[in-house]
Amino acid sequence: MTEAATEELLDKKMNAVPLKMVGKDVSVYYGDKRALYDVNLNVRENTVTALIGPSGCGKSTFLRTLNRMNDTIDGCRVTGTITLDGDDIYDSSIDVVELRARVGMVFQKPNPFPKSIYENVAYGPRIHGLAKSKADLDQVVEQSLQKAGLWNEVKDRLHEGGTGLSGGQQQRLCIARAVAVSPEVILMDEPCSALDPIATARVEELIHELRTNFTIVIVTHSMQQAARVSQRTAMFHLGNLVEENDTDKMFTNPDDQRTQDYIMGRFG
Amino acid sequence: MSTTLLLAILLVIAAVAFVLGRMRAGALSQGRSSALHSRPNYYGAFVALAAFLPSLILVAVWLTISPFVINSAVRDTFPQEVKNQSEAQQSLAHGMVTTIARGLPFLTEEEIAGIRQDPSTLQSVFAARRFAVAAEAQPYMLDSAATLNAMSQTSRTTLSALALLLSIVGAFFALRMVAPRFRARNQVERVMLWSLLLASSIAILTTVGIVASMATEALRFFTMVPAHEFFFGTVWDPRFAGAGASSSGQFGLIPLLAGTLYIGFVAMLVAVPVGLFAAIYMAEYASPRMRSTAKPLLEVLAGIPTIVYGFFALVTVGPFLRDISAQLSGLVTGDYTSFIEAQSVITAGIVMGIMLIPYVSSLSDDIITAVPRALRDGSLGLGATRSETIKRVILPAALPGIVGALLMTASRAIGETMIVVLAAGVAARMQLNPFEPMTTVTVKIVNQLTGDLEFTSPQTLVAFALGITLFCITLALNIYALYIVRKYREQYE
Ligand SMILES: Nc1ncnc2c1ncn2[C@@H]1O[C@H](COP(=O)(O)OP(=O)(O)O)[C@@H](O)[C@H]1O
Ligand SMILES: [Mg+2]
Repeated sequence: MTEAATEELLDKKMNAVPLKMVGKDVSVYYGDKRALYDVNLNVRENTVTALIGPSGCGKSTFLRTLNRMNDTIDGCRVTGTITLDGDDIYDSSIDVVELRARVGMVFQKPNPFPKSIYENVAYGPRIHGLAKSKADLDQVVEQSLQKAGLWNEVKDRLHEGGTGLSGGQQQRLCIARAVAVSPEVILMDEPCSALDPIATARVEELIHELRTNFTIVIVTHSMQQAARVSQRTAMFHLGNLVEENDTDKMFTNPDDQRTQDYIMGRFG
Repeated sequence: MSTTLLLAILLVIAAVAFVLGRMRAGALSQGRSSALHSRPNYYGAFVALAAFLPSLILVAVWLTISPFVINSAVRDTFPQEVKNQSEAQQSLAHGMVTTIARGLPFLTEEEIAGIRQDPSTLQSVFAARRFAVAAEAQPYMLDSAATLNAMSQTSRTTLSALALLLSIVGAFFALRMVAPRFRARNQVERVMLWSLLLASSIAILTTVGIVASMATEALRFFTMVPAHEFFFGTVWDPRFAGAGASSSGQFGLIPLLAGTLYIGFVAMLVAVPVGLFAAIYMAEYASPRMRSTAKPLLEVLAGIPTIVYGFFALVTVGPFLRDISAQLSGLVTGDYTSFIEAQSVITAGIVMGIMLIPYVSSLSDDIITAVPRALRDGSLGLGATRSETIKRVILPAALPGIVGALLMTASRAIGETMIVVLAAGVAARMQLNPFEPMTTVTVKIVNQLTGDLEFTSPQTLVAFALGITLFCITLALNIYALYIVRKYREQYE
């Protein structure tokens, strides 16, 4: 088979995967300052999409548009359309609270609430009324912790403070907390940047496993991490989307010169 | 020379010393700054300090001690019959001598001779020079005054000479010490450290002094009235001796303490919800523009003198409550007598509560804004609404700090006086009806200490026992509050 034919086949395979979220001409302004320029980016279902690029290029900004966390920033304005399963999430008929239950978020710095481990995980299900009874809630908490690979480490100390865990455990607790709401998409903003290599490996493994149940968008500044965990990669530069491609292709044979330069470490 | 002039000269010497020290350091380093241990300015500062500080200390000590020395010397010159008089008489004589001494330099030779002839003319001669002398002068006073002047003169001259000498010697030796390996910065910083320490110990020592003086007076009170009668007595009736009573009255703390706590409780009941809600609005909902205008406005309330709140209570709130209660009882029973008295626990409580709102709100606002943004984002990112986030994450996280703030506010409520005097009256009563007057510890302290008093009777000394009790209560509250706030700080970071 020729190279072109292989590529076509791969494209077909990937294109068969349904689109979970679609961003069209997304621009973001902080006051008068423009942070994103007409970004068109698709997020495929049950796929890990990595956002890479030099710092300040707008990765976090784009990620936050996907669950409207930008709404909480004074003076931030978003234009263009973003859809989730075909529905515009910036439409006035969409309840942002409902949206964030469907599109969860894990932050750069682990931010467990100053409550017990159990209460941290139960927080989301409680406010969304997902558990009918105490037994239900116990089950949700256990399952979420299990999915986050934390259950065995904390099952004997569920009622101790979540802030007493190590950094890596805290981040997995935050993932469990997000998972407990049963979102469809999980957004992660450099989830490993505050963790040591071993904790990072644990979280990366976890992202792999989560992929079967969730659609994941992850911002990372580490090329290796993007290569390890993602199937699709999007490269940002100065507020523009430079290239969006299969991760394998992106790291071996990118279409854009700037991507190549960045991956080779010529800027960043 | 005068003290001001002396200090000015010392400063000039210090300035010169600074320049010399720096120049010498510069010369030693030969332009290479790495050759010196410290930067040249530190050498300058070291030499200047050596020139100025010892002299300054000398001047301070001398000026403190020399008046005593001179005074006793002058009293020694008094004739024996004056020395035999009472201390008060001697003081009076000494005061006259001081005045005469001050006027003496302005008199002419003839005038002085005239007075020597006839001391009774002294008063009129001095009056012409606008010096008021209290009584008829005695002949010996003129001599004593002359001695006083002479001694003061000598003292000043000696001091000036010594201070200048010390300054120059200090500068000289400091200059000699300047060398590339000399650690001038460390020396200068040590002096700074000591002066900082001195400043902070002044504040602490003053507090200790206040407590000690209060405690000694309070102890004298407890020798006259048993402690258990004070702390557990339920009647406050300190009859003044002049009233012809046989006993000295009863000094029960309980009614005052009850009034203090009751009025404070009502005040907190008003201040806590309003202040807390205001703080939540300011911290979580207000737009930056709203916040930047409303927050200072709210804090202006904290700057209003409490006596003004007292007026407000006396003129507005009290009568309003009385009238409205009259209307209410009229509507219900047909009898238009008010059940709220104009001066009552509730009037004082409400107005004091209004006074405390800015304290509660601005302290709580700071604490709520200090909750890290990451926690807010975490909760919002899970799909919690703003109010759920506040109720379930932010307030619990801020709670220890808020409790600390409330305790501090409570100690203010306990210490408040003026509002209570005007709004709740001065009657020490023990009762539970919030619509009737009661009074507080602070009001009674003021009460016992106003007027013409002698500090020997239990009627006045009780004020110190009250004061130290109050001090202990507020101190305990504040320490507990600090402890809680500190524990809360450790939680993040
Ligand atoms: N809250 C904010 N207010 C104003 N400007 C912001 C804010 N957050 C990000 N920006 C700006 O938007 C641009 C993109 O930022 P960001 O999305 O955080 O970059 P990245 O995550 O790729 O490092 C940067 O220039 C940054 O200064
Ligand atoms: Mg970022």
